[in-house]
Amino acid sequence: MTSTPLKGSDRTAVGPLADGTGTAQTVRPSRTGRRGRSAPYWFLVPALVLFAAFTVIPIGYAIWLSLHKVKIKGIGLGSGAREQVWNGLGNYTDVFQNSEFGHSVLRAFGYGLIVIPTMLGLALLFALMLDTPKARSAPFARLMIFLPYAVPGIIAALMWGFLYLPSVSPFYYLLDKFGLPQPNLFDGGNLYLSFANIAVWGGTGFNMIVIYTALRAIPQEIYEAARIDGASDLHIALKIKIPIVLPSLVLTFFFSVIATLQVFTEPMALKPLTNALPSSWSPLMAIYDSAFLKSDIYGASATAVVLALATFVLSFTLLRISDRYTREDAA
Amino acid sequence: MSIHSRQISRRTMLAGAAALGLTSTLAACGGSDDGDSGESSGPVKLTYWSWAPNMEKVAAIWNKKNPDITVTVSKQGSGAETLTKLITAKKAGNAPDLMQAEYQSLPTLVSNDVLADISKYIGDAKSDFAEGLWDMVTLGTDAVYGVPQDSGPLMFYYREDLFKKHGLSVPKTWTEFAETARAAKKAVPDAFLTTFSANDPGLFAGLSQQAGAKWWTVDGSGKWTVGIDDAATKQVADFWGGLVQEGVIDNQPMYTPAWNNALNKGTHLAWVSAVWAPGVLVSSAPDTEGKWRMAPLPQWKSGDNVTGSWGGSSTGVSTDTKHAEAAVKFARWINTDPEALAALVKEVGIYPAATKGQSGDVLTTPAFFPNQKDFYDTAAEIAATTATAAWGPNVQTAYTSFNDDFGSAAKSKKESQFASALATMQKKTFEDMKKQGFEVTEA
Repeated sequence: MTSTPLKGSDRTAVGPLADGTGTAQTVRPSRTGRRGRSAPYWFLVPALVLFAAFTVIPIGYAIWLSLHKVKIKGIGLGSGAREQVWNGLGNYTDVFQNSEFGHSVLRAFGYGLIVIPTMLGLALLFALMLDTPKARSAPFARLMIFLPYAVPGIIAALMWGFLYLPSVSPFYYLLDKFGLPQPNLFDGGNLYLSFANIAVWGGTGFNMIVIYTALRAIPQEIYEAARIDGASDLHIALKIKIPIVLPSLVLTFFFSVIATLQVFTEPMALKPLTNALPSSWSPLMAIYDSAFLKSDIYGASATAVVLALATFVLSFTLLRISDRYTREDAA
Repeated sequence: MSIHSRQISRRTMLAGAAALGLTSTLAACGGSDDGDSGESSGPVKLTYWSWAPNMEKVAAIWNKKNPDITVTVSKQGSGAETLTKLITAKKAGNAPDLMQAEYQSLPTLVSNDVLADISKYIGDAKSDFAEGLWDMVTLGTDAVYGVPQDSGPLMFYYREDLFKKHGLSVPKTWTEFAETARAAKKAVPDAFLTTFSANDPGLFAGLSQQAGAKWWTVDGSGKWTVGIDDAATKQVADFWGGLVQEGVIDNQPMYTPAWNNALNKGTHLAWVSAVWAPGVLVSSAPDTEGKWRMAPLPQWKSGDNVTGSWGGSSTGVSTDTKHAEAAVKFARWINTDPEALAALVKEVGIYPAATKGQSGDVLTTPAFFPNQKDFYDTAAEIAATTATAAWGPNVQTAYTSFNDDFGSAAKSKKESQFASALATMQKKTFEDMKKQGFEVTEA
């Protein structure tokens, strides 16, 4: 999407420039100039149409919905029983007064506190290990670490669900055989660890590939120079590799924060297996519940808008902080 | 960066594909609409949303016999998602002509003006159904919002072999049920008689109906009353909560791999379920064929004879249809015609709501119950005793609350928590109706 407008603007820059330099040729350049001026917009049209149809209009409609509500008249049955009326910011005040949604956000944060450091730590560790010259059968190991990412989230969640249920899990069978304690993986804090485990299992490979790709882009000369200076592999990793791949780490961190706020598949798939998961466990589950189960699209739209804005503000703030940090680092 | 841009380009392509797909669907819709509006020329075309498997085979019988009214079945997902889809389709002005609607969804659909009042065209169809079932499609008014299709009267299923082995008696009352649960626990310490599932509000609703609960009622002036925590339901909640606290009834949800395992291995010795249970047992407990037996549901008062229902649906006609009369004709045919009923039983595998569909030789003994030859004779007797359910326009809110609040009550294994979960369910349901603008009081 970004590439189309960039190409377009290149062309407009070329048009007037050619006009300015070649003053003698008046007719031909102006014709190309006119054609050149409209061309970028034609290139933009497909992207803009799709962007409007699938992003701007749906968001606009969601905002419009979030400002309305349904009013019941009389008995509330039959035609004319429901009327869509203006509700101002009523749905939004409801969102902030709704303790269930607040709790779901807190749960998402708790979950993120476990998932993000673990997943990114492991991804960085694996990427660095694969990048050392001594690593053997690196392509195979890379594939093995990446493979869980290729498993669709819903299938991963169902599979782990089986492994978490005592009466059907081979792990519990082994624990039982050896007389070891059998924890309830759906209880209290364990629940967060159970979800975090699925996310880490599925997400580490992707983040590792992002970091690993950045590592491969570092010129080998830097390492040679470091080695001549007597640096060990560990030194190289800590002092050279990590600082250089920091932008990639920041990128994967953003992806992870957004994924955390949008956690849905795992708790939704595991919900039927246990009593421990309320229907509004995560923010998206709360939105899904009110939109598609309770048919309250108005409240659901308001909640979705709040969540989107919060995600945007959070990402933007973190980006500014990391930007300042990396700039200071460079200076 | 390369990953990033590739992602975006793929997303754009998908969007493009979606746009193309959408345009062609829209074009198709426009085309068929044009065809429909030509009332006099050509046959009437009706669309029918249903989630039941093989429903198109039953419609094919109709289409062969009625070339002037063609019904096309469109497969849907079941439950709450379909409900939202129907409401959304109605808002867009293109709800299907005919739809399968669960009994508990009827008030919600009527409240959203999806279902049309078909009393004008329905004739004497009322006589084909048990009174309790017919009341569910009228919502207690003079209108008729659908034709009953199938019903799920509650029954008590137990492992005949294990009951005999451990000397357990089949409970006739809920008091005896509690004693059997205790005796079962004593006989097999790692087994349970059954479980209390917080994932199945439909079962809890059915058990409450049996006890005489009326969760939603509406009076002549249009004022609703929410009575989810009425005395009958309290009795049911306390009963199950007590047994869970005692540790003689399991607290884990149904329809999980663990539950299948418990049924299959015999660590659950019984199951309170509906007439459709054999179909579930075939896949959940394949190793137990011929070991189960069905009996009437235990009663609250000895000598009583009443049951509740779990599931069941009707065929409704939408307010968007241009051919209401033709649609009603089909809805009546599919649910009362002997040939249609036979096909519904054979192909779709439902237990018909029509009284004449519950007897006769179409319903043969379920293959999973070779030991109970009179399965459907007993079932028909039980079905005739079904109490009427009283549903309201926000059943889903109550159901979600049941999942959440009874879920944590079951987890805590405390009887007192069951009582407070019921109070929360009442409060959430009442407040939701009030917020929507219904005139509503608490019982």
